[in-house]
Amino acid sequence: MADRAPYTAATSGRPSRQAGARSRLAVQIASHRYADALVAAPVGGIDHVSAPHFEYALASMLAQAGNGALVLDFSGVDYISSAGLRVLMIAASKMKAQQGRLVVCSLRSVVSEIFAINRFHRVLTVKPTLADALEHVSPAALAAYRSADEGPAAP
Amino acid sequence: MKAVRFWGTRGSLPVALTVAGVRAKLAAALRAASGRAFASEAELERFLDGLPFATAGTYGGHSSCVELDTGGPDFFVCDMGSGLRPFGQSAAARRRGAGGQTFHIFQSHLHWDHIMGLPFFVPAFVPGNRVVIYGGHGELEAALRRQQEPPSFPVDFSVFCAAMQFVRLEPGRDYDVAGVRVRCLKQRHSGDSYGYRFESQGRAVVYSTDSEHPLVDPAHSGQFVDFFRDADLVIFDAMYSLADAISVKADWGHSSNVVGVELCQLAGARHLCLFHHEPVLDDAAIDGVLAETRRLEEITRRGAPLRVSAAYDGLEIAL
Repeated sequence: MADRAPYTAATSGRPSRQAGARSRLAVQIASHRYADALVAAPVGGIDHVSAPHFEYALASMLAQAGNGALVLDFSGVDYISSAGLRVLMIAASKMKAQQGRLVVCSLRSVVSEIFAINRFHRVLTVKPTLADALEHVSPAALAAYRSADEGPAAP
Repeated sequence: MKAVRFWGTRGSLPVALTVAGVRAKLAAALRAASGRAFASEAELERFLDGLPFATAGTYGGHSSCVELDTGGPDFFVCDMGSGLRPFGQSAAARRRGAGGQTFHIFQSHLHWDHIMGLPFFVPAFVPGNRVVIYGGHGELEAALRRQQEPPSFPVDFSVFCAAMQFVRLEPGRDYDVAGVRVRCLKQRHSGDSYGYRFESQGRAVVYSTDSEHPLVDPAHSGQFVDFFRDADLVIFDAMYSLADAISVKADWGHSSNVVGVELCQLAGARHLCLFHHEPVLDDAAIDGVLAETRRLEEITRRGAPLRVSAAYDGLEIAL
């Protein structure tokens, strides 16, 4: 059964006067546990300003994931800069150091292309959907996800 | 400011096309021609113009040297890599009348690949010429004299007949050099490096090479965004891929095409020129980097388009 106790790390940045700055500088991360997988779902754009907040919020996720799996559901991420990619690379190496795994999934088209241009599909484990990512982690994680997805039985 | 000319665009050390490289280009061109005959030189030139740059041209192999054509009589140059030798020959050929020529040379730093052209700089051997070398390093003069001492080089610095001057610049301060406003910024590189912003006649050019961007500090990025602000051209150290620059080559003192796009977009710059190419990259690989950089700019664009090009020896960009 999925642990649906919500964990939310919300951060925000001040608006930038810089031309071309992302419209959203806030990165919000909600997390859920599915068996041995901790799923975190950041929302927003991860740019030079918000990347340090993203890194800070991710640190507690890494600790919670331990030697299990941390799945980053990027379906809500509309942009990632070099600073954000750096955070992901560091997170992956930290997970490896603690015998855990980092999986990223559900990339939007722009973010997927940013990954491709930077060869991050080779650096990180990237899966098309959350179900694919959880299947990659373990049968138990996928089963917990499907169970939670079906929701409680009608009275 | 009228134009910028590139005389040396490689990082770390000069490179040259090999026999295998030339043959590969010839083979690609002949395959593209597919037995076609050309009725005139003009038709042949049009055919060559239609070939990929990596086939019909080359990015070249000289190390860093960039000329800024300010429209005035004095020469402005950034760095004295091996590209300084062909620049010096060109400048000497452009000499008008009996008067001496003045060269204002701005040094990013004193690493070998950025100073190795000076011993071969013909105008420095011409009496009546003036060579003023600017930089942020206290050991600017000593480093240049040292590279011409035995056993490193047979011709001593004292042989130069031109008047050789050295000017140390302070970061963040505006200087007027022959009518051009010049400002430098200290950059992250082994032993430090300095970027330069040149403003003249409503045009701004930034030369920022051998500069690492650690990506962990928004204030650091903000400093460069301000330095690049609304520039007509930013010449940017794009030596490594982002993945290399933040992993195996972190702290090596260089940057990537990706960071160049991001900083220029944030600064509202108009044109990004990828520079200081990794010497192991061949022409096709640099073409690939350029194509990916243009695509990245396109999919992440929020404001006006940022023009992206890759510097090559011989490139001239009109401003």
